[in-house]
Amino acid sequence: MTLTQMGSRKRTTGFRSRRRWELFGLLFPGLLGIFVGFVLPVFVMFRMSLNTHGTGGQLVESVSLGAYRDALTDPFYWEVIGNTLVLGLGCGAAATVLSYPLALFLVRTTSKWKGVLIALAIAPLLTSAVARTYGWIAILGDQGVINDSLMRIGVLDAPIQLSNNLLGTTIALVEILMPYAILAMISGFGRISPSLEEAAGSLGASKLKTFVRITLPLSLPGVFTGFLLVFVLAISSFVTPRLLGGGRVFILATEVYNEATQTLNWPLASALSVILLVVFGLMIAVYQRLIAKFEG
Amino acid sequence: MWKFFNQVLVTVVYLFLLAPIIAVVLISFNGSAKLSIDLGSPSLQWYASMLMNEGFIEGAKVSFITASIVALVVLCFGVPVALAIARYDFRGRSFVSGLFLSPLLVPTVVLGLGLLLVFQPIALTGTYAGIIIAHFGITVPYVIRTTLMSLTTSDVSCEEAAKVHGANSWETFRRVTLPIISPGLIAGAVMAFIISFDEAVISLFVAGAGRTTLPVEMFRYLQYRSDPGVAALSVILIAISVVIVIVVERAVGLRKVMNS
Repeated sequence: MTLTQMGSRKRTTGFRSRRRWELFGLLFPGLLGIFVGFVLPVFVMFRMSLNTHGTGGQLVESVSLGAYRDALTDPFYWEVIGNTLVLGLGCGAAATVLSYPLALFLVRTTSKWKGVLIALAIAPLLTSAVARTYGWIAILGDQGVINDSLMRIGVLDAPIQLSNNLLGTTIALVEILMPYAILAMISGFGRISPSLEEAAGSLGASKLKTFVRITLPLSLPGVFTGFLLVFVLAISSFVTPRLLGGGRVFILATEVYNEATQTLNWPLASALSVILLVVFGLMIAVYQRLIAKFEG
Repeated sequence: MWKFFNQVLVTVVYLFLLAPIIAVVLISFNGSAKLSIDLGSPSLQWYASMLMNEGFIEGAKVSFITASIVALVVLCFGVPVALAIARYDFRGRSFVSGLFLSPLLVPTVVLGLGLLLVFQPIALTGTYAGIIIAHFGITVPYVIRTTLMSLTTSDVSCEEAAKVHGANSWETFRRVTLPIISPGLIAGAVMAFIISFDEAVISLFVAGAGRTTLPVEMFRYLQYRSDPGVAALSVILIAISVVIVIVVERAVGLRKVMNS
């Protein structure tokens, strides 16, 4: 080995170790932040779900599945899980059906207002969920816009129940979460080549047939993504079910909050959170299988 | 016929999407305390009462301070991580990038509960520090995403040229990389600010009896009362969001940020 070779090797190792220190310096603050602000809380929550809630309301350090047993043997919590699924599936289905024509329109339009139209469709994302929930309370409430005007023109004698229940919550959440579905569908639909539809048309297929046989199947991945997003966001939403539900809509998210801050049964709150995460994970697993099937 | 039907459908969906915002704007000018549109004698009384509500003013102050600090902290902590992911080759790189995006995959109630459990024993609930730490996880993914996007679309050869000419890593970053990726940084910081400013659920958990942000104040107010006052406040907030969005759109292009 010559001297120059030795020198250059020395320089590369020096360079390497300096790069390693640089890398460490770049990653360390971020990793620390994500650990304190995310990893640790989730871990503590898991650990808490194995503790037990003493009869006097005190916290007992333990490793038991008591909190899960309490949650899963109480018919009330099965109803809560059922409500959560109904809300997620209802919002997912309604938001998908309503977003589909809009997303297709936004992808296809040649209007010079395209940018503004897209911005208008996703702009609600940038207004606070509390403000939009308030807007829905004003529309759906007993003295709200719908009941008020229907009673004034004499269609109704008494207000119809559109708030403080699952129906009103679903209506509001569909609107609040739709922009996510629209965004997911726009990016999914963008990959569909219009020439396939033109080919079907020139080969004599009707508009309806072209849609059913070409456009719809090709758009399914985007539809699934939109549905999954809305489902997942709906079952984890809290502000809208709580305010529009008026304390009478019971889903996992509201019960986690109640147990954590009112009843102060932290193990049960944590166990309910883990159940929510499991529902979340199952849905994502189903989605990945569906996507693999359609794209593979 | 088909086309007409389609246009009607699209218009109806747009109306549905914008319905709560339209309702809020109209109700904010109500002449009475009725929670329905009542523009018989429009007035600005609700704006006046909101601007004099001490809870909301205090909440707005807390929200503004925390959102600004969160945006700054997340930039300082997140941009180096994005730089490491884009420009360094190391074991566990995909793990690191996955880790930093994962807070968005956890429901905010779950994260809020975890943070409450960590903060309560060490008396961090209801403090500025508590709220800022709590917002770190849900905002840092956006900064990392927008920065990564700028980094991966920019040309590395400029940075290599700077290094060849003798600049060290810091000089290269300061003089070459930073100017190139600054649109991504601005977009990420603005996203972080808006998300932190609007965030209600996690803040609700860590607020305790102490300091609360504006969305939490609004939430608590709405739990017991609903009058047109909150509509006036919402209009003010929507106006602020619109101004921010237009500024960002002009500066870097909102759609690029949202689609990344």
